[in-house]
Amino acid sequence: MNTIVISLITLGVLGCLLAVILYLVAQKFKVYEDPRIDLVEAVLPGANCGGCGFPGCRGMAEACVKASSLDSLLCPVGGAATMGQIGEILGMAAAAGDPMVAVVRCNGTCGNRPKTTTYDGARSCQIIHNLYGGETGCMYGCLGCGDCVSVCKFDAIHMNPETGLPEVDEEKCVACGACAKTCPKKVIEIRKKGLKDKRVFVSCINKDKGGVAKKACAAACIGCGKCQKACKFEAITVANNVAYIDYEKCKACGMCVAECPTGAIHATEPVMAVVEKINAKKAAEAAAAKAAAETTQA
Amino acid sequence: MRTFRIGGLHPHDNKEFSAHKAITDVALPTQAVVPLAQHIGAPTKPVVAKGDKVLVGQVIAEAGGFMSANVHAPVSGTVAKVDSIVDSYGLPMPAIIIDVEGDEWLPEIDRTDNIISTIKAEPKEIIGKIQAAGIVGLGGACFPTHVKLSPPPGNKAECLIINAVECEPFLTCDHQLMLEHGEEIIIGIDIICKALGIDKAYIGIEGNKPDAIAKFEELVKKAVNHVEVVPLKLRYPQGGEKQLIDAVIRRQVPSGALPIATGAVVQNVATVYAVYQAVQKNRPLVDRVMTVTGPSVSNPGNYRVRFGTSLNDVIAAAGGVPEDTGKIICGGPMMGRAMANTNMPAHKRTSGILLLPESMSTRREPENCMRCGKCVDVCPMGLEPYLLSKMGDMRMWDEMEQHNVMDCIECGCCLYTCPSNRPLLDYIRMGKATVGGILRARAAAAKAAAEAAKAEEKK
Repeated sequence: MNTIVISLITLGVLGCLLAVILYLVAQKFKVYEDPRIDLVEAVLPGANCGGCGFPGCRGMAEACVKASSLDSLLCPVGGAATMGQIGEILGMAAAAGDPMVAVVRCNGTCGNRPKTTTYDGARSCQIIHNLYGGETGCMYGCLGCGDCVSVCKFDAIHMNPETGLPEVDEEKCVACGACAKTCPKKVIEIRKKGLKDKRVFVSCINKDKGGVAKKACAAACIGCGKCQKACKFEAITVANNVAYIDYEKCKACGMCVAECPTGAIHATEPVMAVVEKINAKKAAEAAAAKAAAETTQA
Repeated sequence: MRTFRIGGLHPHDNKEFSAHKAITDVALPTQAVVPLAQHIGAPTKPVVAKGDKVLVGQVIAEAGGFMSANVHAPVSGTVAKVDSIVDSYGLPMPAIIIDVEGDEWLPEIDRTDNIISTIKAEPKEIIGKIQAAGIVGLGGACFPTHVKLSPPPGNKAECLIINAVECEPFLTCDHQLMLEHGEEIIIGIDIICKALGIDKAYIGIEGNKPDAIAKFEELVKKAVNHVEVVPLKLRYPQGGEKQLIDAVIRRQVPSGALPIATGAVVQNVATVYAVYQAVQKNRPLVDRVMTVTGPSVSNPGNYRVRFGTSLNDVIAAAGGVPEDTGKIICGGPMMGRAMANTNMPAHKRTSGILLLPESMSTRREPENCMRCGKCVDVCPMGLEPYLLSKMGDMRMWDEMEQHNVMDCIECGCCLYTCPSNRPLLDYIRMGKATVGGILRARAAAAKAAAEAAKAEEKK
């Protein structure tokens, strides 16, 4: 009995003593941390994807608290809504970032781009890229091993076995840019989502001359410049035998899509509806012109 | 017989197809395509333009720095254009295209078979001549030879090791060259010894070439310097510079250091022959001997090919592509690379063409690693390939750097020995490329920071 009492008292006193020491030490070596960092971190999605350019959400929160303005900071996952919340916490105006999405700029489906060689090594785009130009005649296009799929933390990009190309799930894509960074061929680009999902882009980055590009892939951009002429907004530039549409200037009118001879320019469904109308109009005009020519001949 | 001490294995050498086949010339092409980058280091700058007449041996592209090698016209004729061609891996590559007219050589080149044994040139002159002749290591790495013969300050060459190992299966071009041009090679060794200011040389020859060993044991008696023939036990990759130094003089090259740190300078036997021709006969490097072989090739052998000849023509000279071919490899089966395009000109790097039947060339389905450790046993650099490949797969670049991925010589022993058919080397090579990039970026950043600090100090 006596032993129990003594040990209880000893341990109790020791516990109190140590607690006091711990408290004093904690006070002495306290590191001040802005409490707002925790608040901001709570607002961030917590995916730690690194899409903002900082190591994880904590890093982004620290950067936000330190920054004098939120203009150059953007959480691509949370988008404008999250940045607005952060702005409220920090008492700063958040820049209204446009929603972005990843697009695959390659048309090289199995049908369009026949294989010229067979690769049987480890399945990784990076490895093929270090070794040689790829399994097809096009050395610029998608290699099809899915490095982008393996780095996506949001399950937003998948290989389509029929085309052999990755496809982006727009619902899930947060435009963190991990796929674009990983792709050794730089086929994936982060572009503006566009008003009502209206997007037009050149789905090819082949810099070869037209003939060479066409031989390697049926749907390659041959750099003919027809789209450049058709564009009323000066959004298209042709350089190194390949056209590029500036998404800041593009109004998604669909004129270039209708004009492209190889079908290298891709558009989302809302634009395609317009393109079909343009094509129908063109066909009608052509038919009318033909009929008129026939009547004059007669 | 000696060999190196860490790792290695012995794949069946398959040399019977082309061994002892006399070196034959491949006919000149009608159009020669001469790549501008035929070596490690700075690319060359073309000094001819469309319409220029060139003679064989004339410089058509000048070295772009000390670590670079001149390119000479391998044929005579008119320059058709300087253009980009598609190389054997489907990537663009700049080249000079020459329409061949006759076969006229520069007058100062001695094309006779006379053997000139007195070495008149002084050491500096020898290195100058080698540099002018555009000679690079013909073993496969294409490292400019004059750089190797000018040891960096603080290092002193003690001995010369001639790499006559040819440990790569199937290839026999060096063996045949030794049998046919032994005298010239011995003079070449004396020339290099004179350039380096040393009097000791070893010739490392693997035991599967007994005739070459016997021949050279006779020939070394004629050499001015003390030359010793070292017969070596069959073991791949004995032809690797670091392995050969270990096998011959029992010294190991420290990680990250140059082989000269051990006091040895290693030169391939074909390079020595080229040195002889450049110094004694003023003949620049315009052709090389290469092996065209394979189990079903109708006329395998050793061919002397003028650079710029399409590999298609070289294959045609050996009887064309057999029907069962699955892979056409530039080089040997262990370190060579499969070609995506054979309409590629022969150049300084092409040591052989191997046409493997499909049954021998397709990879088997990879299975899980069972941690047997065979890859660790055979790695000649003492690395852990299973670990490095896994790190490569997981993109753990920092860890790969810590595990010395940059020491890998890409010999392929790990991949060859793996019972689970794992593509170990594929991942390690990727890691090496990425880590190399990171290291270069880091060095550049450090240099920039040092310069900035210097500029600050001056202020």
